[in-house]
Amino acid sequence: MRGDQINLQDIVARSASPTPSPHVRSGNIQQVAKLIDVSVCIGCKACQVACSEWNDLRDEVGHCHGVYDNPIDLSAESFEVMRFSEYVNEEGDLEWLIRKDNCMHCAEPGCLKACPAPGAIVQYANGIVDFNSEHCIGCGYCRAGCPFDIPRYSEKDNKAYKCTLCSDRVYHGLEPACVKSCPTSAIMFGTKEAMLDYGAKRVASLQERGYENAGIYDPAGVGGTHVVYVLQHADKPEIYSGLPKDPQISPVVEAWKGITKPLMSAVLGLSVLTGFFHYMIKGPKEEPEDDPDPEKAAADRELDRREGDRP
Amino acid sequence: MTNHWVDIRNANVILSMGGNSAEAHPVGFRWVIHAKERSKAILISVDPRYNRTTAVSDIHAWLRTGTDIVWLGGLISYLIENELYNRDYVLAYTDAPLIVREGFDFEDGLFSGYNPDNRTYDRSTWNFELDENGFARTDPTLQHPRCVFQLLRQHYSRYTVEQVENITGMPRKKVLQIWDVIAQTAAPDKTMTILYALGWTQHTVGSQMIRAGAMVQLLLGNMGMPGGGVNALRGHSNIQGLTDIGLLSNLLPGYMNLPSANLQTYQDYMRTRIKQPLLEGEVSYWKFYERFFVSMMKEWYGDVATAENDWCYDWLPKLSAPLYDILYAINQMVRGEMTGAFCQGFNILAAFPNKAKVTEGLSKLKWLVVMDPLKVETGEFWQNHGEFHPVDPSQIATEVFRLPTTCFAEDDGSITNSSRWLQWHHKAAPPPGESRTDTEILAQVMLRIKRLYEEEGGAFPEPILNLAWNYTNPAYPSSEELAKEYNGRALVDLTDPQGNVIRRAGEQLDDFSQLREDGTTACGCWIYSGAFTEKGNMMDRRDNSDPYDVGMTLGWAWAWPMNRRLLYNRASARPDGTPWSQDKAFIWWNGSRWVGADVPDFAVTSPPSEGVGPFILTQTGRGQLFASEWLNEGPFPEHYEPMESPIDRNPLSPDNPLAFHNPIARVFDEDKDDFGSNKEFPYAATTYRLTEHFHFWTTHARLNAIAQPEKFIEISEQLAGELGIAVGERVRVRSKRGYMDAVAVVTKRMVPLEIDGRTVHQIGIPLHWGFKGVARKAHLTNTLTPFVGDGNTQTPEFKSFLVNLEKL
Amino acid sequence: MSVRVSRRNFLKLGAAGLGASSMAMMGFAPDQALASVRHFKLSGATMTRNVCTYCSVGCGMLLYARGDGGANVIDNIYHVEGDPDHPVSRGSLCPRGAGVLDFIHSPSRVKYPEVREPNTNEWKRISWDEAFDRIARHMKDDRDRNFQTHDDQGRLVNRWMTTSMVAASACTNETAYLTQKITRALGILTLDNQARV
Repeated sequence: MRGDQINLQDIVARSASPTPSPHVRSGNIQQVAKLIDVSVCIGCKACQVACSEWNDLRDEVGHCHGVYDNPIDLSAESFEVMRFSEYVNEEGDLEWLIRKDNCMHCAEPGCLKACPAPGAIVQYANGIVDFNSEHCIGCGYCRAGCPFDIPRYSEKDNKAYKCTLCSDRVYHGLEPACVKSCPTSAIMFGTKEAMLDYGAKRVASLQERGYENAGIYDPAGVGGTHVVYVLQHADKPEIYSGLPKDPQISPVVEAWKGITKPLMSAVLGLSVLTGFFHYMIKGPKEEPEDDPDPEKAAADRELDRREGDRP
Repeated sequence: MTNHWVDIRNANVILSMGGNSAEAHPVGFRWVIHAKERSKAILISVDPRYNRTTAVSDIHAWLRTGTDIVWLGGLISYLIENELYNRDYVLAYTDAPLIVREGFDFEDGLFSGYNPDNRTYDRSTWNFELDENGFARTDPTLQHPRCVFQLLRQHYSRYTVEQVENITGMPRKKVLQIWDVIAQTAAPDKTMTILYALGWTQHTVGSQMIRAGAMVQLLLGNMGMPGGGVNALRGHSNIQGLTDIGLLSNLLPGYMNLPSANLQTYQDYMRTRIKQPLLEGEVSYWKFYERFFVSMMKEWYGDVATAENDWCYDWLPKLSAPLYDILYAINQMVRGEMTGAFCQGFNILAAFPNKAKVTEGLSKLKWLVVMDPLKVETGEFWQNHGEFHPVDPSQIATEVFRLPTTCFAEDDGSITNSSRWLQWHHKAAPPPGESRTDTEILAQVMLRIKRLYEEEGGAFPEPILNLAWNYTNPAYPSSEELAKEYNGRALVDLTDPQGNVIRRAGEQLDDFSQLREDGTTACGCWIYSGAFTEKGNMMDRRDNSDPYDVGMTLGWAWAWPMNRRLLYNRASARPDGTPWSQDKAFIWWNGSRWVGADVPDFAVTSPPSEGVGPFILTQTGRGQLFASEWLNEGPFPEHYEPMESPIDRNPLSPDNPLAFHNPIARVFDEDKDDFGSNKEFPYAATTYRLTEHFHFWTTHARLNAIAQPEKFIEISEQLAGELGIAVGERVRVRSKRGYMDAVAVVTKRMVPLEIDGRTVHQIGIPLHWGFKGVARKAHLTNTLTPFVGDGNTQTPEFKSFLVNLEKL
Repeated sequence: MSVRVSRRNFLKLGAAGLGASSMAMMGFAPDQALASVRHFKLSGATMTRNVCTYCSVGCGMLLYARGDGGANVIDNIYHVEGDPDHPVSRGSLCPRGAGVLDFIHSPSRVKYPEVREPNTNEWKRISWDEAFDRIARHMKDDRDRNFQTHDDQGRLVNRWMTTSMVAASACTNETAYLTQKITRALGILTLDNQARV
């Protein structure tokens, strides 16, 4: 079925769309948040499995890479992964820090700002940032725009995917699948306010147990997030498998979105725009390097794929 | 578990030892986290590995695999010598004051009565000194040199903290830090729970490790207390139930014993089984054994079982050895003494030690029946699976039947969890293909065997022809019919002593207190009596209210015995009937009866003034620090090295070679040459499971295969450095019995330990992955493990053996 | 402002060299650019309460099946999650339980009775009747041949020592009870379960 049969009328932001969606019915919608308390996470991966089960995802059976992490990274069919790191603290004691890595559902989502496909990325009034994959053109800019490097591109359908915070479950009055499964209550769900209150209690408890730098990770650089962490060492988020200390939306995306995009894009040369993005996109790119246009790249790939299907 | 999952939240200290509950029982572990939040409980993780439980622990220490008795014995000594035990509790509720008879002795690592020729003990000296009335003598001052307390003290005086450090490899500062935290739970308002699993069970001294844990809990006064107890975290979903129902070679339902061959008459049998009190006025509940036994035989053989024929006692098979366990079965197969075998949902090729030997045994069978929902390795032991299972089918003459069975989602019935809760479940969908329930398969086979005996006659057909089979559809006994059968019913109108009818003939019994030894009641499993009464199916109840807010949901499902959730709970009150502390109030005397949050584990109208002991199942009414004849190695746990040890002596008895390993560990002659030495195999290995997988089942489930796809082992950075192994490289692990390949996980979570003057490296080997399923194919881990059994249960020593390691 | 453009044409426009992203930015979006959540997959499912089959925590499970039990449908479980009412698990499941759907529908499920004849290299499908008859015959033959009424010391033992049984660790108590009753009536002593391995 197509993904547009329910008009929620509470979409507060859409990618590449100067015309707002109807959202007058967002008046009574409370902001939600998922809290991940790393200090009581046992890395069991129940959340990871429950996520795949609920979302009907079956990633490839991979390999052991000499660590507990598996799948080794996020993919279009693994919306979340557990990242394990062995950290020796100042006292010389070993700590096994296990972080559930998934979309942070930023209040100011870099992916949405970077996305050139109209309506492919939306933000609901409750704070969830969702990919409406029907409209995704597979350009990969969302990943470049994400300060947490979350979205992943699927070779199967040339589209990008990420955690939806189980927008389907939340819309129907349930908590996300990962939250429900968590055996140790390391993952909690509620209103953002409730989660920050709960997190504050957890932080106080950790401080009482000697973790002086315990704190909540709700980074201001992206306007706060709808997935927040409780960290034993909030002063050093990078020890948790590279959680960014002060994530920001790339200035390139900010510039593109904030000034250039609404007014100037029609007149600015596409090559100029593309130059901006080439500057920021790092690592392997799906689209050909010499292709200046994201839609063209995606469309060409689609055409190639269909040609390949013909007998 | 003496207590239950939710009760863990009531603990102040949680000792995770001999188990890794976060890994193996994550959802049960939620109550550990809850305790940490609720009462600022301290979680202690003691393990050969820094594991998932350790990741959220407050204190952690590595110890060498197989040395837990040293550590616990040292703790016992520490508690006694520093007077840190709960003296009131020990005096009133344990056998500490009882006097042991003369002749009991312990010398150079062995207890009195050892016979090195047949490697057994004459246990007759391991008993109490009795007075003229047959009651044990006591010394309430605990000063008598032969009282249990003094013997205990003397025995563990050898377990010094220096010796603990030397044998376990745990630095003494760490040892003392942990012991100090544990000792604080001797206070009446503090409790510690012990969570253990197969990390204690799977050693040649496994049963004694568990006992040592129980003794610590008695000394601290933590038995019978909320947040206390010794809690076995059972592995499988219904292994508690199968054990309760007695599916072991020597058991009958409800922990009754099958008779041995030397008990030729019913009277002999009853004489050994009916246990009379060893202290005046005590309950000694096994004195009612005859009620349980006769009721079972009435259920099985109906009207044919009469007082005149001793309730068909002669029909029961008799044992000539203590156990005919799995190791025995395989050894008999290898000897060519077995014709056939049934594997009912049990993948023995993967699960038993020394896979080569198991393969050989199965290959010598005439026929094998595998009942399983999955295409498991055992069913295909005859098939060549390349490097992972290189056999030649043309050389294997076993006829193998593979029968598809339903899984849990496709049948109705109850299973018993580790908390002893019988929980009923409902069928949600039909099974795939032609799968049938295990019950139906068994019934069909049995009915056909019966028909063959009717038609042809044959060897001793009486028990087969007369087995009660009163099921509406004989080919398919329903779960409800079977549940009613093990609950039990009245065969005549039952009356109380005043003559009032308490149950009409044919009605379900309320509980086992209504059982009779005169053949007027029938009951298939006495401890399950109460599960399916005239009120209906008690196992299907779903009231989760917790009126006292102590985690007690008496209206949820049904727990044995008597829906009681916390065993020995009378001990949660002082001898005078008041709670040890208001914080731990649980069961108390209200002036006329015992009341509180649980079903009292006690006669509810027996006043404290009568002084009856809380442990109503033991003959003394007390918790037993002294095991008498119950265990085979001795009444006090003693450390012996694993059968394959990384050191060359038992540092506690360095000069006695008989006391190097467990002197009564069971070793078959066939296996004597299959043990490796630490010269050839220098590393101590231990096997375990991972949270992403369940044994060899989930390698057939894609979601779990994704989460942990491929076989690996865990080694320290130091060992990896010595052998030039980098993270993620492939390695080969060898034992005397074979080899397996895996990916190396090089981790700070494993460390070398200094043991008795040498450096010992430990290697961790998860047991999952085989040559079937959707995960990456692998050699079975049990290719490596040794074929040797614990001295009591014959559990294989999966947790401590020797290997060598090479880079591929 | 809306210009009706099909998705395919929209991409073609882009491919033709017109700055499609710029077009989109100006509001020329395809008409299905409305966004919504994924359809809720449990609507109408039949929910059955069950208990997890793996470890001994005994977590409550909710099994969701397609099909309402009517005569014309074969119900099929397509989602499993935790039972929030369960006093121990309170809705949680571990990774094994959370993935139990793939155990229920594992490609490794045995579907039909099969036999591997001696020294052959294949499974052969047989009927249940054939399986039961052959197994019963084997058992009776062996029992008749090897049943011991007395041991070598002349003591009455009434046992059958040449066939062994290992019992399942996840079957119901009712199955276990029937297993106990049958094995002892047959005289089997070599009986064990998976309590310790």
